[in-house]
Amino acid sequence: MALIAGLIFGLGLIISGMTSPSKVIGFLDLFGAWDPSLAFTMLSAILVSFIGFRRISIMDKSILGNAINLPLTDRIDNKLILGSMIFGIGWGLVGYCPGPALTSLMLGNIQTLIFTFSMIIGMLTYEFTSKKFA
Amino acid sequence: MTIDWINFTPWISSIGGLLIGFAASLLIVFNGKIAGISGILAGLLTPVSGELLWRIAFVSGLILSPLVYHLVAPLPSVQIHSNAWLIMIAGVLVGFGSRYGSGCTSGHGVCGISRFSRRSFVATACFISSGFLTVLLVRHYIG
Repeated sequence: MALIAGLIFGLGLIISGMTSPSKVIGFLDLFGAWDPSLAFTMLSAILVSFIGFRRISIMDKSILGNAINLPLTDRIDNKLILGSMIFGIGWGLVGYCPGPALTSLMLGNIQTLIFTFSMIIGMLTYEFTSKKFA
Repeated sequence: MTIDWINFTPWISSIGGLLIGFAASLLIVFNGKIAGISGILAGLLTPVSGELLWRIAFVSGLILSPLVYHLVAPLPSVQIHSNAWLIMIAGVLVGFGSRYGSGCTSGHGVCGISRFSRRSFVATACFISSGFLTVLLVRHYIG
């Protein structure tokens, strides 16, 4: 089922325009010629996944019998704010976030490969240094 | 601010969003997992037994989805105007930042907000505003 979810998620990213860095930059260009399309993507995605999260809130286990893994912490800390801001800078520089980068890997573009490889380096950097930040 | 009407695609972008939301619902209802892509990918880099298979399946689905799309329509071409150094810097920032902030557009922006997580509202506000500022600086002051 995770495979099917991944496929549908990827199709959604392609259809919405999220896999097009120029479309994403257009969405983030609030102070220039702003293309609000991807706000519609976020809103409709939130509305539909709201139904799923509503459903799961009255279930003890997932349909396949797994425990339901939801984050427990509710604390807003500097790590959350700083990390998200760093992520946003990278997102605005090129127009890729993690999902669309993975989904675009097979489109045969060398720049996507460079981005995804660097993104994994960034993640590994965090994994190896996270004890210092904790 | 002006609206870029030429590139504005509210319908098709909303339909894509419906699919993204549907996929996130499937993953939580069937597998009990949040469709947060940075977290799922990071879990593949530091494997924990029993947590690997669904992650591989989900990421494979993402990577293979263009093949399914291609059965119906020609794939959109990728256009990136940045040079390789900038792409590398952006990639590292996205990878590091999404881990440090515990999520990205999918985990915080879609799943987190739809389950009314306070943390995700804050995170989404932060990355969207720093994205706005970055594009403002790069496009209108530097570029």
